[in-house]
Amino acid sequence: MRRARPRLVLAAAALAAGVALAQERAIPPGELKSGSAFLGSDLRALQNDDFANPGMLWVERGEKLWREPAGKRSIACAGCHTDQSMRGVAASYPRIDKASGKLFNLERRVNWCRGARMGAEPLRYESEELLALTAYIARQSLGLPIVTRIDGAARAHFETGRASYHLRRGQMNLSCAHCHDAQWGKRLLSETISQGHPNAYPAYRMEWQTMGSLERRLRACLSGIRAEMLPYGSQEYLDLELFLGWRAQGLPIETPGVRR
Amino acid sequence: MAARIQIPREARRGEVIEVRILIQHPMETGYRHDDVGHLIKRNVINVLSCRYNGVEVFRADLSSGISANPYVQFYTVAEASGDLEFNWIDDEGQRGSERQPIVVKG
Repeated sequence: MRRARPRLVLAAAALAAGVALAQERAIPPGELKSGSAFLGSDLRALQNDDFANPGMLWVERGEKLWREPAGKRSIACAGCHTDQSMRGVAASYPRIDKASGKLFNLERRVNWCRGARMGAEPLRYESEELLALTAYIARQSLGLPIVTRIDGAARAHFETGRASYHLRRGQMNLSCAHCHDAQWGKRLLSETISQGHPNAYPAYRMEWQTMGSLERRLRACLSGIRAEMLPYGSQEYLDLELFLGWRAQGLPIETPGVRR
Repeated sequence: MAARIQIPREARRGEVIEVRILIQHPMETGYRHDDVGHLIKRNVINVLSCRYNGVEVFRADLSSGISANPYVQFYTVAEASGDLEFNWIDDEGQRGSERQPIVVKG
């Protein structure tokens, strides 16, 4: 009995932590809605059409790049990673890189692999190649739920991300939460405000007439509230991406999403 | 210019088949400005045609009103086994071409 006690205490603590975490969520898991739920039926149909979804052009290109040897060592992504091993990978990003202890999103991971393993130049953010590769990788997790880990080294990034999400910014003095936690489902001019989930990115946006990363979408939001846009790949976006992943925990990956 | 084409691999003679094509192209309208204020030159795919065993079965004159990465869908009658050949050209004179075989039975 004595031995069991610490475990019991631990279990109770874990349970309490779990409850506390659940209470922190502004949108309870049962009410989570992917961005596609806020689209018109035409765009939803386009996203679900494997052929006509324009994002599939990038996914196809990504598959070619995946198998193409590159860099000084002339190895391809497919030279190390099997297709089976890639299923579910994108659903767990952003995550802590074990070797460096740093937070990586898919874009950073691809460029890290290119530098350290292939001896290749990094791909520029929003370049067609990086969008294609990340779209292809994310597509392999299609339908799988987002699983974001915020324990260990990720915890500090998570807290920064959460603070960033709740920070009032720009001329309109709005935080992400003001729209996406408090007002989702209501109208903003002709649009319905979504819950702001990352599960469809990289996504094809009608406004862009092309594919874009989650960071491009975040920048679009910042521009919309007339706040300063941070440079691509900055740590604040990364931490925010981690928080968004946790917020969307359980939503299925939809890449390549089609959005307004 | 990458493109995706979807036609049935097999069809019965006389069957109406659905042909779908999605072409990667910016379809630049000529009305947009770049980051430093310069007008971006118009560049759209202006002709898309489809030949079925050498005979033209579809032709579209596209213009700046068509969105980027145009998706076109049309129908034709499966007459004989062979190829559907797609050709398109944009304002800059860039040509694209794709070919897809079909087997017709009966």
